[in-house]
Amino acid sequence: MDVLKEVGNIGAGNAATALSRLLDKPIDMAVPKVQMLPFDAIADKVGGAENIVLAVFFRVEGEAPGNLFFILTPEAAKKLLHRLAAIEISEDDGFSEMEWSAISEIGNILAGSYLSSLADFTKLSMSPTVPAVATDMAGAILSYGLLQFGQMGNDALLIDTTFIEGQHEVEGQFFLIPDPESFDQIFSALGVPSEHD
Amino acid sequence: MIEEQPIVKVGMAEMGTIRSHGLIRTTGLGSCVGLTLFDPELHLAGLAHVMLPSSDIAKEGSLNLAKYADTAIPALYQQLLQMGASARRLVAKMAGGAQMFAFAGGNDTMRIGPRNVESCKACLDGLGIPLLGEDTGGNFGRTIELDCQTGILFIRSVQMGIKEL
Repeated sequence: MDVLKEVGNIGAGNAATALSRLLDKPIDMAVPKVQMLPFDAIADKVGGAENIVLAVFFRVEGEAPGNLFFILTPEAAKKLLHRLAAIEISEDDGFSEMEWSAISEIGNILAGSYLSSLADFTKLSMSPTVPAVATDMAGAILSYGLLQFGQMGNDALLIDTTFIEGQHEVEGQFFLIPDPESFDQIFSALGVPSEHD
Repeated sequence: MIEEQPIVKVGMAEMGTIRSHGLIRTTGLGSCVGLTLFDPELHLAGLAHVMLPSSDIAKEGSLNLAKYADTAIPALYQQLLQMGASARRLVAKMAGGAQMFAFAGGNDTMRIGPRNVESCKACLDGLGIPLLGEDTGGNFGRTIELDCQTGILFIRSVQMGIKEL
């Protein structure tokens, strides 16, 4: 678990740096939490299965496949767009085509820096697919990332990192859900005897 | 409210039943399917939050029957019969089976929602349970609630608001 935490730390650290550079202001991050959690508890991490979130989803391909989500509240996403992209931000709850594409590009930059640092560290190839964006109930979105685990049991391994800007503001969360088969890859790449908890 | 209605909550890959009065609910269905069986005379309802279409791919040690369409529906059916339901009276409704993310050239995993729906229908057919209503597909999440007094299935989604089946 400590190894996975370190892996999350390195990935998220780089993503936080990237975000901080994009926003031109300091972004902190919380120490990543690595947990084996029941499916339902994973949605609780972002306010419950029914809570509306915006998610940029990537399938991670390569030697340690998995699912990667960058999750924002809709308000945080609007703020991020407002600061970052010189596009008119629509006032209503929805997102315009332009906003979608900007969000997915931001997600892409962050996921890229997250994964490339993991790949450097583990010497395993990991690359994100093109991003897919959705805003909907957290449960509906995250369940998609749990399908691979669904075949194995009712818990999934989650590496969860929160970004913090200023005092309380949460800019976003990174969820990495490595496929069950990927643990062995990650552990052996790092020279750690494989143990599943 | 004068009388608190009991609410049975069913989590992902779980199932549950409720009798007489109250609601049975599951939240945040994406590609998963919420399948309900209902006996209108006993006001007995069961709900399964199905995650995957078939238990053939299962690699888990002890199989969680509620997780797979082909095991959840027979298990829920048996459970309701044991509680006194009549096989002739049982009717089904279901919702979910969305494709949350649109990818170009999606593989099989991407199509899991539609496959869940197909598999549920095949199982219902096999058991001879009529499907009275469905709200499936699309690319949005749903929360569903079955009222075991009336058998009405309420479906809530961000894009579509509230719908009744």
